[in-house]
Amino acid sequence: MIGWFPLFLGTLALVSAALAVTRPSVVHGLMWLVAALLSLAATFFALGAGFAGAVQILIYAGAILAVFVFVVMTFDASPPALARERLRLKQAARWPLLMVLALGLPLAFGLWGGAVATGLAPGGRVPVQAVGGLLFGPWAVAVEIASFLLIAALLGARHLVRRDPPTDSERPAP
Amino acid sequence: MTDTFLIGMLVLAAGLFAVGLFGVLARRAVLFQLLSLEVMLSGPSLAFVAAGARHGDPAGQGMFVLVLILAAAEVALGLALYLRMARTADVTDSDSIRDLRH
Repeated sequence: MIGWFPLFLGTLALVSAALAVTRPSVVHGLMWLVAALLSLAATFFALGAGFAGAVQILIYAGAILAVFVFVVMTFDASPPALARERLRLKQAARWPLLMVLALGLPLAFGLWGGAVATGLAPGGRVPVQAVGGLLFGPWAVAVEIASFLLIAALLGARHLVRRDPPTDSERPAP
Repeated sequence: MTDTFLIGMLVLAAGLFAVGLFGVLARRAVLFQLLSLEVMLSGPSLAFVAAGARHGDPAGQGMFVLVLILAAAEVALGLALYLRMARTADVTDSDSIRDLRH
């Protein structure tokens, strides 16, 4: 039955994500994040959402991960630093776990209580044309706001990583 | 796709969100917290795409695109802030950000 396939791929994504956030070394974490994002893309394909799957591979696993990889070089990956990180995660894990449980239990009860029943007809594969028609038709304002957000983020990132010009005292004498 | 499978997908989406939340709360390295935020944002996008597939509605994938744009903006600004902090104050740890007040 085809319904099991997205469930299997989604479970794969969940396990990879859990591994990604618990690795002491950031390179290992990033590799597991790639695995999680790619299996999520496969889940989207299996759900019949081909556009979302392609965009997930191109932007998430491609662009966003590439940005992360550039920044990895600032991370201290020596063995003592990794051991410290492992110990710190072990000590700090209890309260976040309780917090996540407290958040997750009502969510799960809500799902099994049958709260997802809607009056819409079940559908199948969503064509890309429908997504494009939606984004550039009724949702054009949302897309414009999203483009403003991207420009603001671009300018902010450009401003933040700019190197300060040397002050007068640092400048070599002519 | 029946309702049972949709519920399964929503449980997976909630699990992804919970894993990301755990990462944000439990890790102290800023890079790992940003990585966990990505995991956190992928949970809702899975929920949107699964619900869109269940009802044959393109709105699910439309919302996914908007979530993706939010994630891209967030990671660009977050990493730029992180680089700035690492360069000017040698901070790679969200605990030591507290010391920057003084």
